[in-house]
Amino acid sequence: MSARVQTQAFDSGAELLGFGDGAGAVVTFTGFVRDDTGQMRGLEIEHYPGMTERALNDYGAEAARRFDLTDWRIIHRHGRLDVGEPIMMVATAARHRRAAFEAADYLMDWLKSRAPFWKREIGPDGSSEWVDAKDSDEAALNRW
Amino acid sequence: MEVLYFAWLRERIGQPREQIETSAATVRELVTELAARDEWHAAAFADMAAVRCALDQQLVDLDSPLGNAREVAFFPPMTGG
Repeated sequence: MSARVQTQAFDSGAELLGFGDGAGAVVTFTGFVRDDTGQMRGLEIEHYPGMTERALNDYGAEAARRFDLTDWRIIHRHGRLDVGEPIMMVATAARHRRAAFEAADYLMDWLKSRAPFWKREIGPDGSSEWVDAKDSDEAALNRW
Repeated sequence: MEVLYFAWLRERIGQPREQIETSAATVRELVTELAARDEWHAAAFADMAAVRCALDQQLVDLDSPLGNAREVAFFPPMTGG
């Protein structure tokens, strides 16, 4: 049960060694830097040191209570990332698959609109623009 | 108290943090004080629908009392992951 914020890449396979031992179900989600325009170089991700770690641990603990998880892990990167690199992962372990799936989905919805990360897209000429928050991400939270 | 700015609020104001003295009772009153400082602060706080706030690293709404908070942070809606 842990949350990490880091600049370096991670290997989601390696992160799962020993994760959720004894659980009936483990669900993992990994998000990658996506190039929607075909011209994006990458992303710059800013965060709020201190608050970010606290928020991720709070959401993880809340998901564990709510879905009766036996284990959870959140990793989120910050700094400069190239297209195709992994940005973040969420893993949840529970006795049954539905709880593990729902907890991972719940955590993703919270992370998208409540964890203090801000993305900036770096364009083909090296200039960059902040990514606006999506109403759909906020609306997704209302499901819970 | 310590005031922190992130993402485009930091860029508009031109610094990541500042130390201020205030008698504001709520976050909203503090914003009014800050916005009156100069054109950069005014630009950062021009659209409050696009500003989020945390007091001592907990998300709060704009009408929250400042209480004894030591650190207040302003930032745009989050876009993580």
